Amino acid sequence: MDKPEFVYVVYISTTPEKLWNALIDPEMTAKYWQHENVSDWKPGSKWEHRGCDTKRTLKLVGKVIESSPPRRLVITWAYPVDEASEEKHSRVTFEIEPIGDVVRLTVTHDHLEPGSEMLQGITKGWPKVLSSLKSLLETGRPLPKLW
Amino acid sequence: MLILVDKVFKALADPNRRELLDRLYANNGQTLGELCRNLDMTRQAVTKHLALLEVANLVATIWRGREKLHYLNPTPINEIYERWIGKYERHRLRALSELKKCLEENKDK
Repeated sequence: MDKPEFVYVVYISTTPEKLWNALIDPEMTAKYWQHENVSDWKPGSKWEHRGCDTKRTLKLVGKVIESSPPRRLVITWAYPVDEASEEKHSRVTFEIEPIGDVVRLTVTHDHLEPGSEMLQGITKGWPKVLSSLKSLLETGRPLPKLW
Repeated sequence: MLILVDKVFKALADPNRRELLDRLYANNGQTLGELCRNLDMTRQAVTKHLALLEVANLVATIWRGREKLHYLNPTPINEIYERWIGKYERHRLRALSELKKCLEENKDK
């Protein structure tokens, strides 16, 4: 059985619906991630992760595998050069679970190539992105510029 | 979420628990049995420490079949970092720790 490389958990004082929207709405992702996540979020559709600069540089691409709002979103995750080579795509699963007054977000990232640039990038990236997401939803302000 | 910060500091205040986190950093996603290997702690003690780490959200667990896998979850540490270090001192501290590293390496030679 597949063992995921990374499992990140963050508890956020918000609702599942608001958290779901924060993952898929380009205006929201721009605020805490400084990138826009763009897609119609239907299974089989493409999604894009674009910089917020004037060039709107394409940084990541992938496909939506599963989309069950507001609980579970599964996407593939790759550099644009690897878009056609699906064997190089890694996989990200977002699981949203209400626990009392807070929501537990679990991000699982697997199918990563050992020693890859992507692996190094996400190891540094996810904790920052998730802390910033938490700050934005709880206080209305994201963390200062991440990258 | 102040209570959670207390739990994180309490969890980090124990050398055995820091050792468990170091082991997960070196090899993420281990079972209890794997974590107990070559440790001077009983299985019961490791179970207790892992439970505290999980409450502090420093360790995340998932089930794969019948195996419970433990993962280092760095998001609470990142929150602490951002609150007390990141927003004020990031660049100066990096320079200072580089200096310390540089001087200490030279001392050995």
